[in-house]
Amino acid sequence: MKHIISVQVENKFGVLSRVSGLFSGRGFNIETISVGPTLDPTISMMTIVTTGDDRILEQILKQLNKLIDVIKVTDLAEKEFVEREMCLIKVNAPAEHRAEALRIADIFRARVVDSSQKSYTFQVTGDEKKIAAMLELLRPIGIKEIVRTGKVAITRE
Amino acid sequence: MSNKEITGAEILLECLKKEKIDTLFCYPGGVVLKIFDVLYEQKDIRVILPRHEQGGVHMADGYARSTGKVGVALVTSGPGATNVVTALTTAYMDSIPLVVFTGQVPTALIGNDAFQEADIVGITRPCTKYNILVKDVKDLAQLIKEAFYIASTGRPGPVLVDLPRDVVTNKAEFHYPDKVEIRSYNPTVYGNKWQIKQAAEAIAKAKKPVAYIGGGVILSNAASEVLEFAEITKIPVTHTLMGIGGFPGTHPLSLGMLGMHGTYYANMSIHNSDLIVAIGARFDDRVTGKVEGFAPEAKIIHIDVDPTSIRKNVRVDIPIVGDVKHVLVELNKELHHIKEPWEAIRKSWYKQIDAWREEHPLTYEYVDDVIKPQFVVQKLYEITHGDAIVVTDVGQHQMWAAQYYKFDKPRNWCTSGGLGTMGYGFPAAIGAKVAHPDREVFSISGDGSIQMNIQELATSVENNIPVKVVILNNRYLGMVRQWQELFYSERYSSVDLGSTPDFVKLAEAYGAVGLRAVKPTEVEPVLKEALKAKKTVFMDFVTARYEKVFPMVPAGASIHEMIFGDGKKKEEKKLKVVK
Repeated sequence: MKHIISVQVENKFGVLSRVSGLFSGRGFNIETISVGPTLDPTISMMTIVTTGDDRILEQILKQLNKLIDVIKVTDLAEKEFVEREMCLIKVNAPAEHRAEALRIADIFRARVVDSSQKSYTFQVTGDEKKIAAMLELLRPIGIKEIVRTGKVAITRE
Repeated sequence: MSNKEITGAEILLECLKKEKIDTLFCYPGGVVLKIFDVLYEQKDIRVILPRHEQGGVHMADGYARSTGKVGVALVTSGPGATNVVTALTTAYMDSIPLVVFTGQVPTALIGNDAFQEADIVGITRPCTKYNILVKDVKDLAQLIKEAFYIASTGRPGPVLVDLPRDVVTNKAEFHYPDKVEIRSYNPTVYGNKWQIKQAAEAIAKAKKPVAYIGGGVILSNAASEVLEFAEITKIPVTHTLMGIGGFPGTHPLSLGMLGMHGTYYANMSIHNSDLIVAIGARFDDRVTGKVEGFAPEAKIIHIDVDPTSIRKNVRVDIPIVGDVKHVLVELNKELHHIKEPWEAIRKSWYKQIDAWREEHPLTYEYVDDVIKPQFVVQKLYEITHGDAIVVTDVGQHQMWAAQYYKFDKPRNWCTSGGLGTMGYGFPAAIGAKVAHPDREVFSISGDGSIQMNIQELATSVENNIPVKVVILNNRYLGMVRQWQELFYSERYSSVDLGSTPDFVKLAEAYGAVGLRAVKPTEVEPVLKEALKAKKTVFMDFVTARYEKVFPMVPAGASIHEMIFGDGKKKEEKKLKVVK
């Protein structure tokens, strides 16, 4: 089962390596990981998407908590939360497909961030389903390349 | 007004004094010269030079295990640092508190592949509880304080502090914090009251309970609480390899060790129990055997300071996270209130256990023409009245020592349990002896293991640290040979140590005493002579070559499926006694 885990860590060098080392060393799976600073500059927030059964997830949460530089671990599966991911998509856009590509982008409220004679690059933000749906529609036109940020998530008030 | 500024090297020394460190195991090198220069003049800390950095950290480990204090070592950068990786992992696997300082190239050169540079913080991240690269001399004292705090609290473990050369030579004011708070590190000490109550009720009801104690009992200094717990509840107690001494081995409620080479009655008791009270133990695979077949009817109470140990390998019904000692104090209080007729409801259980004891007692076949290794351990136990500190290496001798030497007190036993590090024993014994100059320290080793850190003979002789080394010499890597005999069709691949050196001459070459016993009648005189000697002694016991450790749970079997000695006497006859 897929889980999104928020991990508050000390903003020190080497912390990302401790966290990723924990996952690789114990054979846990990381699907995506994203890290950034928080309002408090001494604290960073990691959002980790991982999969595993209940027993593995319990170990992941406990092992993360055990790391000295980890301040707080939250399994978002236990909470109401909002998740978002950004994806940059470069698509083939020769003359005959340009209008269609823009129409699809419009449906998903994606923005054009670069364009050339033969291609568009879109920026789309949303949850996993939305991004998957957009990619699905763009596929017949021809996707050249995608880059994703990995998920970030925040609890609802 | 500002205080006088002193160098990082001097700050390090002052911190060690504040931590009341009396012994430092350290090996010099380029980037730590400044520290050694500071050590040269001071009189507060005993400085011991090992002959290999690995040996030095094992010494600090033996010091820590035998005292409960933090062991401290210092090595140089690069190869000095990488040489301590095995010793750190050994300590990490057994939760031993160490602080190890490594030198590092100057901060400006880090990452440049400088001479004797190694990314030791990166290398040791998975084998330390925590590690720190100090980047500024101003942070040094604070970080050292944190290192000692982290090493010794919660589930203890080794902490590495990496000291670039400029951090050691630059100056700062010295201020050592009285206490330290780390917002991200708050180990749970006291157990949940409600859970403790649940545990007490389960114990009161159990008809076939067993307590299973591990190294956590030793680390938490909870042996007397365990004894009280067992005596209130009349619960039989089995211990792990790491839990030796956590409960008196000669106590009528003791079942001895469990697991792969545990006693038959300990394993049968666990397998058939209706309640297991696991105290500071982690259900290691050497203990559980096949996990799916482990204690099928038992409810499990698990007390451990480390939440990750709970439900890692086996299901747990009543988890209690907390320091073993504190939890047991509370649990014992609860149990005092319960007026169950413990003995009456468990009568048939005790009877069953006694039957198992009789069915397969811990035993070996004594012969009078060749020395059986178990006999040496038994004699050592008799002669030292069970009161020596015994340190072992890893292999058959380790299991025989665990089986045949009975420990009534904690911290008299040091062994590499989790990692199984050959070469641990002799240097660790030196560390234990440094901490206990007035006690007898015996290192029990095999002819394979002893050769993995034999250079420390020079350390023990030079510093007058008289350790008595029992070598059970079968001229084989015996444990591997045993597995090859039993599970690899007797194809003995790379286990014959036929050209083992003459340990007597070797000891003498280093200035130690060398003794040898070839016949069983010589065992006691040799041990007695070693006991009298004021110097380091190597005792070469030429033992039966094909002796195996029994009973045994074969790999992949459940712990009640044990195999026993088949009395291969014919093989013994083939043995030609050498020397």
